[in-house]
Amino acid sequence: MAKIKGAIVIDIEKCKGCELCLVSCPTDVIRMEKKVNGKGYHFAYMEYPDNCTGCANCAVVCPDGVITVYRKKFEE
Amino acid sequence: MEIRNPRIQEIISEENLVYKKTSLMTDKALSYCPGCGHGVVHRVIMEIIDEMGIQADTIGVAPVGCSVLAYEFMNIDMQQASHGRAPAVATGIKRCWPEKYVFTYQGDGDLAAIGTAETIHACNRGENIAIFFINNGIYGMTGGQMAPTTLVGMRSSTTPYGRDAALMGNPLKITELVAMLPGTYFVARHTVHTPLAVRKFKKAAKMAFENQKLNKGLSFIEIVSNCNSGWKMTPVQANKWMEENMLPFYPPGDIKMNGEIVKKAEKAE
Repeated sequence: MAKIKGAIVIDIEKCKGCELCLVSCPTDVIRMEKKVNGKGYHFAYMEYPDNCTGCANCAVVCPDGVITVYRKKFEE
Repeated sequence: MEIRNPRIQEIISEENLVYKKTSLMTDKALSYCPGCGHGVVHRVIMEIIDEMGIQADTIGVAPVGCSVLAYEFMNIDMQQASHGRAPAVATGIKRCWPEKYVFTYQGDGDLAAIGTAETIHACNRGENIAIFFINNGIYGMTGGQMAPTTLVGMRSSTTPYGRDAALMGNPLKITELVAMLPGTYFVARHTVHTPLAVRKFKKAAKMAFENQKLNKGLSFIEIVSNCNSGWKMTPVQANKWMEENMLPFYPPGDIKMNGEIVKKAEKAE
């Protein structure tokens, strides 16, 4: 069975830590980092990358457009 | 069998790209507060212009308010209008260049307070422009004062005990108001707080630009947005508050399609 896996890349210097991506993620992949970026915001990162399906919900709601989404189909 | 630890580097490559910020947004960091709906609306409008391939033929009119610097972030031709006068400026631009796509981007202090006359008359004349109206029920930029769209009972810095309808009047549903005018062709209200809502808004915004191509008349889209700084909440709380309080009063959906009213204005309670 083919599995679809996704991954996101976050521009951490532009992330403002609003957490809207975190609540919109259907598979609960994203968490906020304890560290802060140059502006002092806790930025988002992928805590559970295995669960990401590449649905792009996080990127669609991100007000600052910092998320880039990739998706690939893996054959077993 | 589930693939554990997929090679992330293998997924992250150009041919697997699903979603990327459009190149029509400049690389400048947005000046808005974290979680503000303005960023989403900016990006969605730019995505449509990118998809339709009309970057060189689009002129935006920036308002006064939080989004006064919209021309810094949108990589298209923009004109800055005086407070509330964006529909009048857009009228002039559209009449000089009828083949260009013209849109205004306004907030509630701009469109519903100081610019009410310009808005209503531009809508009544049926100018061939698109108006994007961001309604967050507050004057965000100047410090969270009461706006015409502030809900009854909603706290702001000039109504610390909540808006009292007897003293300060009722909130203004300007979208329902302009839907009554014969010049408007497409009137809708949307939100941008969930992925589904953003996708619905994108469809509506695309329709607004396509109506201009066909010379149909004025398209007016209200976006109910949050103002987490003005409301003194976190972005997530603000979206929840908006869903519970703003959306029952400002229900999302199409109000006027193809010049016909499809939804009767609901009675304000």
